[in-house]
Amino acid sequence: MTSLAIQATGLNRWFGEGDARTQAVKDVSFEAFFGEMLYVEGPSGSGKTTLLSMISGILRPSSGTVAIEGQDIWNLTADELADFRLHKIGFVFQDFHLFPRLSTLENAAMSLVMRRMDWGKAMDEAMRYLEVVGLKDRASLPPVKLSGGEQQRVAIARAIAGQPDLLVFDEPTASLDGDTGRRIVEFVKKKILTDEKCIILVTHDNRIFEYADRIMKMEDGQVKAFQKGSRP
Amino acid sequence: MKGILRVAYKLIVNDRAKFGALLVGITFAVFLMTMMTSMFGGILGKASSTVTNVGARVWVMDPGVNSVASSIPMPDYVLDAVRSINGVRYAVPLYSGAALVKLRNGTYQAVTVIGLDDATLLGRPNLVEGKIEDLYGENAFAVVRDSEYSKLDSPKIGTEFELNDHRAVITGIGEVAVSGLFGIPTLYTTYNRAIQYIPSMRFTVSFVLVEPKSEASIPAIKGVVKAMGYEALTAREFKEKIANFYKYQTGVGTNVLLMTVISFVVGLSISAQTFYTFILENLEKLGALKAIGARGSVLVSMILFQATFTSLTAYGLGIGLASLTIAAVKLRLPSYAATVTLSNLVTAFVMVVIIAAVSSFVGIRKVIRIEPFEIFRG
Repeated sequence: MTSLAIQATGLNRWFGEGDARTQAVKDVSFEAFFGEMLYVEGPSGSGKTTLLSMISGILRPSSGTVAIEGQDIWNLTADELADFRLHKIGFVFQDFHLFPRLSTLENAAMSLVMRRMDWGKAMDEAMRYLEVVGLKDRASLPPVKLSGGEQQRVAIARAIAGQPDLLVFDEPTASLDGDTGRRIVEFVKKKILTDEKCIILVTHDNRIFEYADRIMKMEDGQVKAFQKGSRP
Repeated sequence: MKGILRVAYKLIVNDRAKFGALLVGITFAVFLMTMMTSMFGGILGKASSTVTNVGARVWVMDPGVNSVASSIPMPDYVLDAVRSINGVRYAVPLYSGAALVKLRNGTYQAVTVIGLDDATLLGRPNLVEGKIEDLYGENAFAVVRDSEYSKLDSPKIGTEFELNDHRAVITGIGEVAVSGLFGIPTLYTTYNRAIQYIPSMRFTVSFVLVEPKSEASIPAIKGVVKAMGYEALTAREFKEKIANFYKYQTGVGTNVLLMTVISFVVGLSISAQTFYTFILENLEKLGALKAIGARGSVLVSMILFQATFTSLTAYGLGIGLASLTIAAVKLRLPSYAATVTLSNLVTAFVMVVIIAAVSSFVGIRKVIRIEPFEIFRG
């Protein structure tokens, strides 16, 4: 592990009002480093996704700060924060969220297109990342023609195409069978993670714990423990 | 095309079912709107045909006149009085009335007879056969070769028939810019022959056609004519008066307006509903784009582009379809009263813009409100 990628301090998040008011995340502080694959693990309702949303600039915390590479992201305006996410963070969603009416290549190029890169250049660049995830020969197909694992790899290609510093995976194996899930995470660990990247992965799938560098265990909105993961 | 708009384009076009439904819905609405307004425009154009064809700059008439066909005769002194107005270069009488022609086969055909000033023949048609001075010959009439011409058995120079029990001879065949609304042939003759052949009241001058000395003298002419108890209108004002009569006093305008509004509502409903469904189907993906880093303005521009592109494509198709239909019908029915005018195009365009705006508003509201956090929560 090298330099500090994320520093979250005293994060709290409340939802609802009056009697329905509940605290999803309670005074969470942690650090994540470049070159690290950090898992956020816990049972359903433990606040993992809320925490992930706050550290990736999607959900404003009720209190506390999030600094990514030293930048307090919640001091940014909405547009600045959107630009920050676009350039610094890559997202891989549980349900992939690929556009079924676009080709695999066009889906993979989405973050590049959003950065106003020339269309042809964006496609060339995205093709390189499809090659990285082993889907170059599927580039022209729509995502619906791909298997779940392949769709997940397209989502990964989309996330890494912009070369973000921070990659955020939300339950990446939840929609996949066990073997495929393991292969995907192993691929991410071996091929995507570098010393210049930090990967935060939310999961409660213990079959992939072996790929974690550290595992942050959450329960009732609080961090209960940090465990060391084991490299394969 | 900017990359993100290209994505927007592909998203809408590649969803063939939705894109097809949007195109069909808006195209149909534009087609109906254009057809209705074009038919109305055609009717109004034909209703003012005599004003267009005669070509006088100022028309003097009884204030109760709503159209050329329903002229109210004025006494002869009105013509003399108008001629004496300062600012009038010249003024001539015009007769407009209806008569019955008995054809060789014994059947009758109603005709419009225009009686032109004997001295000047002001307002005469452009003759394609015969000489205009032959109109001074005995029982002479010129016939207009338009879509109604065949109803007089396509007469030639020298053809004779009975007109209100008088002998009539065709001495000229002419062309006019616009044929009449009522589907009956038009004959031209001299003013004196017209009032001689067609039974009329004590007064016979249907209109006084005025050529003012200058544009500036028209208001003064109008004032003097008004003081006499009559009305002087420029050709444009007279056409407006005729149009207003058909719009507001015949029910035609109301019906056309109603049909146009219904077409608009149908188009709007189909478009807004389909577009809303399209947005709903893509909402999660658009939310994911928002999470990835798309600004709200980017998503709004995508939706606006999709709505605008679809609407304008459908607008083009609708206008093209309406124009083709009108052209095809006119091949079979030359007198078909429908004309695609600039105002028809603008009206349909404005309505399409409203359809696009409402449809995109529905989508934009939904997309602006979506929280990327909801995408994470699944």
